[in-house]
Amino acid sequence: MTTKTTPNQLIIDPVTRIEGHSKITITLGEQGEVTDARFHVTQFRGFERMCEGRPVHEMPSLMARICGICPVSHLVASAKAVDAIMATAPPPAGARLRRLMNLAQILQSHALSFFHLSSPDLLFGFDADPAKRHLYGLVQEFPQFAKDGIALRRYGQHMIELLGGKRIHPAWVVPGGVTSPLRAEVRDEILAGVPDAIERVRRALDWYKQAMSRWNEETEVWGNFPTAFLGLVSEDGTAEHYDGTLRAIGPAGTIIHDEIAPTDFANCVGEAVEPWSYLKSTYLAKLGYPDGIYRVGPLARLNVVDRMGTPRADEELAEMRSRLGRWPSSSFHFHYTRLIETLYCCERIEQILRDPGILSGRVRSQAGINRNEGVGVSEAPRGTLMHHYVVDDDGLVQRANLIIATGQNNLAMNRGVKQVAQQYVKSDKLTEGMLNRVEAVIRCYDPCLSCSTHAVGQMPFHIQLVGPSGTVLDELATP
Amino acid sequence: MNVCTLKIDGVEVVGTAGETILDVARSNNIEIPTLCHLDGLSDVASCRLCVVEVAPSGKLLPACAVAVEEGMEITANSDRLHRYRQQIIEMVFLERNHVCSVCVANNHCELQDKAAEFNLTHFDLCPVNPRLEVDATHERFAIDHNRCILCLRCVRVCSEVEGAFTWGVSGRGLDTRVVTDAGAPWGESDTCTSCGKCVQVCPTGALFEKGRSVAQEKPRRPFLPYLTDKAGVPA
Repeated sequence: MTTKTTPNQLIIDPVTRIEGHSKITITLGEQGEVTDARFHVTQFRGFERMCEGRPVHEMPSLMARICGICPVSHLVASAKAVDAIMATAPPPAGARLRRLMNLAQILQSHALSFFHLSSPDLLFGFDADPAKRHLYGLVQEFPQFAKDGIALRRYGQHMIELLGGKRIHPAWVVPGGVTSPLRAEVRDEILAGVPDAIERVRRALDWYKQAMSRWNEETEVWGNFPTAFLGLVSEDGTAEHYDGTLRAIGPAGTIIHDEIAPTDFANCVGEAVEPWSYLKSTYLAKLGYPDGIYRVGPLARLNVVDRMGTPRADEELAEMRSRLGRWPSSSFHFHYTRLIETLYCCERIEQILRDPGILSGRVRSQAGINRNEGVGVSEAPRGTLMHHYVVDDDGLVQRANLIIATGQNNLAMNRGVKQVAQQYVKSDKLTEGMLNRVEAVIRCYDPCLSCSTHAVGQMPFHIQLVGPSGTVLDELATP
Repeated sequence: MNVCTLKIDGVEVVGTAGETILDVARSNNIEIPTLCHLDGLSDVASCRLCVVEVAPSGKLLPACAVAVEEGMEITANSDRLHRYRQQIIEMVFLERNHVCSVCVANNHCELQDKAAEFNLTHFDLCPVNPRLEVDATHERFAIDHNRCILCLRCVRVCSEVEGAFTWGVSGRGLDTRVVTDAGAPWGESDTCTSCGKCVQVCPTGALFEKGRSVAQEKPRRPFLPYLTDKAGVPA
């Protein structure tokens, strides 16, 4: 249902089961100043209800259907939640193979976010003509850059296909492990691609570092505010995307929560619902709502870890910290951290594949229903992903709760939109340049609405400027 | 032996008394699609996919349940029959909630195969979308009524081969369900021997072994030597 708007009317636009629709409302005060800005997600999926009554062993593949961009992340978090219900752990090779696929997923998704979606803004400038500020413009003007992005994404996707049989929605990750072991020739094929992938990420990183000063203004006002950060950390303080425990730190690095086991996630994060968005807002329970605002994703992950744990990524992390400080706060740095993490993925993939145990034929544990509740936590490209299921004694799902990265970044995205609006909206008129910047600040978070592949380089945004009396003064929508 | 001659799709064939049109067609390499039929079990003609036209009336009769007669002229494949069969498959899909992508029997499902064979690319009718439950009370097996096509193979194999008579049918029309022990939860059944034959003969993912994930339920009928084709070879 879509209701057309006229002045003094709000648009109600609950388009169901479609991906990536959002709306922004900017509210002005008496003096024409921006008093509030809200990022509304107007789509409703309802997956948590859909899976009630389903056998829990079906959950990983059912949950993977949430998203075509990061199905592996849901597969992994869901399978881990079912592992917990089965009270079992995958054999070492099974866990490593899951980890491998998760890294491939992060690699390909980061390539999509940085190269395909964000780099046109960075290379052409935020005020550039939208007619060329997209992937095809990139291919024409910066062909090597475009090739690198496409090749990296292809490498990650191909790896997922080699492991799981298909690029999107592989049913290979299952409760207890994975369905089939890794063959030596597949390992060798993936390994052969690592040097090329590293070279391509390095090229992008080198370019980004030398170009960073161009975006000083954007860095200052795009989601640049103190918040907490949350992410998984391994026992030795290095980056962790599959296992580990949760760590939350304050804006200056103060530990708020540490060594939180996935099962205790509820002690760490709370969930709030606002009537103006279908996207839940999560907050750090200890700080309350909305003071418990925090961010997840590459920036948060790099802020919470002591070091990455692979040589090249550690060098880059040290350099980043020397440039930006130990805990950079601007959401603009999601781009930088995303690239470092892509480099880490390549190195970690190589490390895992060099382990001789990776070819073990024992990749799946079998067990029945041994607990009535289970939580699975992993790092998805956009941030920490939590799946929480409650089942009956027969293994049928009674309740499911998903805490997804974009929800965890929701409060920060809203604040980022407000910050950008306060910087650029000076009258009762919206301009194209302002729209571009609001899009781009949201894009830093790479939100999965699932937005990222819509109309390459352009999200289906609808922005309203609302006066003090609630009158709609102006509105803009991307075509 | 009582032999009769007849024509199927213009081809002169020979059958013996007691053989069905389906038996004779298949022994002459004439394909007639089926869903509820399974060699080794009796036929109940519940799916109607095997309907054929019998001259001169052109009446539609289920090939699996009609015995051959001398001089019959049968059309087993025509545009009209193809259209009817396509509609039957469509209605089977729409009556329950079949979602292949997240089904345990994905890629091993006879209904899915038939949909592909008949090029069922979309639905013209509205789905019923009933709210149906999964009975997972049995220790090893579960039934998801969302995926049941009421072929009744489970009912037949349970009574005709295992002799347990656990499975039966309750309700009528859209409310028809296969049930265990006259409607008791499967896990409380006194008659079920947990042999698993019903699971192995299920053409879809309705009956499955617990713990199976998507696409992991593969029928293992060679383990059921009782089910044989006419030459005595395990089905």
